Amino acid sequence: MSINSSDTNHSHSHDSHLAHHFKNAEHQFESAKQGIWLFMVTEILMFGGLFVGYSIFHAIYPKMFAEGASHLDWRLGFVNTLVLIFSSYTMAMSIHHLQKNEKSKAVLKLWLTVACGVIFMCIKAYEYSSKFHHGLFPGRYLDVAHVGAEAANLGMYYGFYFCMTGLHGIHVLIGMGLIVWLALRAQKGEFGENYFTPVEGVGIFWHIVDLIWIFLFPLLYLVG
Amino acid sequence: MPTAATDQAGQVDNLYSFLLISSFIACVILIGGMIFFTFKYKRKSLTAKSAYITHNTFLEFLWSFIPLVIFLIVFAWGWHIYHQMRTFPKDSLEIHLTGKQWSWEVNYKSGVKTANLVKVPINRDVKLILSSTDVIHSFYVPSFRIKQDAVPGRYTAVGFKANKLGDFHIFCTEYCGTQHSGMIGKLQVVTQAEYDSWLEEESKFSTLPIAQKGEKLFQIKACAGCHSVTDKTVKVGPTLFQKFATNRELADGTTVSVDENYVRESILSPNAKIAGGFKAGVMPSFQGQMSEDELSAIIEYIKSLK
Amino acid sequence: MATATTHSTGHSNGEVNYINEFKGLKSWLTSLDHKRIGLMYMISVLFFFLVGGIFAILLRLELFKPGAQFLTPDQYNQVMTYHGAIMVFMVIIPGIPAILGNFFLPIQIGAKDVAFPRLNLASWYIFMLGAFIAVATLFVGKVDTGWTFYTPYSIKTASAATMMVVAAFIMGMSSILTGLNFIVTVHKLRAPGMTMYRIPLFIWAIYSTAVLQILATPVLGITLMLLAMERTFGVGIFDPKLGGDPVLFQHFFWFYSHPAVYIMILPAMGVVSELIAAFSRKTIFGYTAIAYSSIGIAVVSFFVWGHHMFVSGQSEIAGIVFSFITMLVGVPTAIKMFNWLATLYKGNISFESPMLFALGFLFLFAIGGVTGIMLATIATDVHFHDTYFVVAHFHYVMVGGTLMALMGGFYYWFPKMFGKMYNETLARITFVLIFIGFNVTFFPQFILGAMGMPRRYFDYIPAYEYLNSISTVGSWLIASGFLLSLYVIVTGIRCGEKAPSNPWGAKTLEWQTSSPPPHMNFEVEPIVTAGPYEYK
Repeated sequence: MSINSSDTNHSHSHDSHLAHHFKNAEHQFESAKQGIWLFMVTEILMFGGLFVGYSIFHAIYPKMFAEGASHLDWRLGFVNTLVLIFSSYTMAMSIHHLQKNEKSKAVLKLWLTVACGVIFMCIKAYEYSSKFHHGLFPGRYLDVAHVGAEAANLGMYYGFYFCMTGLHGIHVLIGMGLIVWLALRAQKGEFGENYFTPVEGVGIFWHIVDLIWIFLFPLLYLVG
Repeated sequence: MPTAATDQAGQVDNLYSFLLISSFIACVILIGGMIFFTFKYKRKSLTAKSAYITHNTFLEFLWSFIPLVIFLIVFAWGWHIYHQMRTFPKDSLEIHLTGKQWSWEVNYKSGVKTANLVKVPINRDVKLILSSTDVIHSFYVPSFRIKQDAVPGRYTAVGFKANKLGDFHIFCTEYCGTQHSGMIGKLQVVTQAEYDSWLEEESKFSTLPIAQKGEKLFQIKACAGCHSVTDKTVKVGPTLFQKFATNRELADGTTVSVDENYVRESILSPNAKIAGGFKAGVMPSFQGQMSEDELSAIIEYIKSLK
Repeated sequence: MATATTHSTGHSNGEVNYINEFKGLKSWLTSLDHKRIGLMYMISVLFFFLVGGIFAILLRLELFKPGAQFLTPDQYNQVMTYHGAIMVFMVIIPGIPAILGNFFLPIQIGAKDVAFPRLNLASWYIFMLGAFIAVATLFVGKVDTGWTFYTPYSIKTASAATMMVVAAFIMGMSSILTGLNFIVTVHKLRAPGMTMYRIPLFIWAIYSTAVLQILATPVLGITLMLLAMERTFGVGIFDPKLGGDPVLFQHFFWFYSHPAVYIMILPAMGVVSELIAAFSRKTIFGYTAIAYSSIGIAVVSFFVWGHHMFVSGQSEIAGIVFSFITMLVGVPTAIKMFNWLATLYKGNISFESPMLFALGFLFLFAIGGVTGIMLATIATDVHFHDTYFVVAHFHYVMVGGTLMALMGGFYYWFPKMFGKMYNETLARITFVLIFIGFNVTFFPQFILGAMGMPRRYFDYIPAYEYLNSISTVGSWLIASGFLLSLYVIVTGIRCGEKAPSNPWGAKTLEWQTSSPPPHMNFEVEPIVTAGPYEYK
């Protein structure tokens, strides 16, 4: 292999966010974006495993699943769906503002997104506690007598319910943590039209987490 | 390969011989070619030029296509035999087998029960219906080239038609815990006449004296896998030899006298009182799996171990 | 590639390289340099290999004679589980990609580092965390499920299975992040002129592996999580007593674990392609065929998982379909074998130890491959399934294949990694010991399997004694071979002669920089003008 001495020194003015092994900011941005998308593929596949398990057992025990869904309040789920869709909008808007260098608007949108996350988690917490209150625990802990369950293995439905929403909830919490971190950095003016890779990355993550909820909501609350 | 004791086993062996021979030829071409080339083109000087060959479409086609054809032949052949294995004639003799940690319980239609012994007549289609009470086991008779998992919560089946008299090994091939390798049974191929008289003999079981009945049950319920009865050796669980009417120290330090009620409790809820030096959760509960008569029989048997 | 380089080869000892540029343990533990992270993986994997190897020796000693020797059945089952789990999750899967891939993937494509260096370091820490939890189970209850965690046994058993499952989940996460990193690196960081058809075949192999890692591992993750749920809450998904389906676990598990088999073997194939080209001083025969067969194997491997379940009670038609697709995997594998053979033709072949390992790979892999076809054939598999035939087969492929390639690749790149040469004579002796020991250990197991000896057996009937004893003796040969390799490596690093930058006269990019490479891999960014194996 012949090596020509081109581009011999990398002393051209580094901007502070550009890692040494990338050619320029755009190169780095594209790489980061590809990385985050690949990561999202793994997330979707992971939830995919749960969806497959859900569909298989839904097909085997349709009555049990219907009974399980009847204990859920679809209105709360619906409100949560709206909250998350709105939060996706604010997340997208914050990037839009950053690209226009409108710092304070972007920061506001980021905090709005976090607020949506908080509302979502509060509703979730309320739902969980009311389930626990009624003895609707996963698996063998389900209080069959208290619930008055007709299906003997109703615990399986709640196994799926807590597994899926719990895993999703953990993702929402992680997303909220990341967005708080972004908001603080944005406040300091670290992002602008030239550099907003972390916001873009977390944004993609947040949208995917929302998307997963959009599948979870009808599966758990509506299909029965 | 062990003796082939069914026609199908012979067919499997034919396919296997074909595979062995074609594999041997493939290995000779690959490994022989490799050794030949490495000696023929051994480096003589560092500067010597090697040939510059990037590819050869015809050759590449050839060595993709020929293996493909061989694979397809082998696949179709394997399919053909497998299809026969999975076809059970309507008049098959059906026997129920239940795997449990760590023995096979065999139930014949006449009501006869055995443990780890499957007796079948020669030249008769047999269909074994498998299930399991605890974990997955796998029923394997090497001489018949058959194997089938016994899955808890469902039935699977395996069929064969033996053409040789004799005793054959039954192995469990799905890892099932402590005594996995000890879960060995015997498949006995006998003549129709012997089979019939054996069945009749076994049916007299119900008129046996109660302690002998207990001994039988002790085998069938696989107690013997974990508890020794002839001496003081400790297998998985405590020995039962000369234990009745003695005092026993428990894991929590208290003592209990080994009487009818203690034995009964230990069978139905084994974790209630754990003998000193043993762990809880090892022995499965027999709650709901034994009638009162059977319990009394086993207790009488344990009493008789002197 | 032209042999001319702009580098002067004989650097003085004062040369700054990635090893001596920064000093102290902290500079290693916080290093973002892919080369240092590769070496950190090397040390951890070697350690786990030693542990897994000790368990293997214990197993063989116990099986030397029928009956109990010095282990109880429960201890045997634990040893068997740890041997499998450590070797699979902590040695073979991270082995080539995380050590050699980390070190050479960026250099071979002319990059300064992987795309996400911090993520790379994080993967190592995540891996170590998982490994630590896995080893910790030894002290809090032990695991006896076998590395496959089959339900319902894994639900019922009173052992530290939940913890082990969590450990495997965490190590899976590390594997995903490494794979993701490699894919982006290959896509985005190739040097100017390094087109996809000029990247070395090792990179093609690592790339295909990375694709498998990110597509298959998440499914394992969720499966293991459901198993943990099952153990803690009794959800009933896999437990037949609660209306679940234990065989579903096998479907989920093998959906990951069959591609995982190729995660283990594809990188080995990549290494062997490099070795054969370099030591025959000849361009690889059928570059595109080998590259595409890697991708082909990766794709097809997702549709063959059912061949692990021919006797599990799945429907006849499912068995046949899986048998058919499995046969198709044989074709790209055969293509690779014949291409390597053709590369030797009219070459200029020398027999340094890396080449011996590569030839050893071809030998063992040929046997592993043809026995694979016997297992893919559904009628014969019914007999061989879960017997020692399977044990021998996957050891021929995964140990014979992956470890041979790992050792070969390791000796090949040793001068580049450490800037020193090892003792060639001793290295050849290690090859002889490992190669002969391997065949003595595992060939008898094919015969045992054909005779019907099931796997995971603590005890066996007397008829199997003779072959088992031979197998045990073979395991001592392998062990001595690996211990000698350890000696060769350590003495090589401590007091080997200084290595030139290109001791084998190879053409790929990593040999164009100094040995060991500088922190940023190249003093000047390389511009690639030709393919990787232009020995003209």
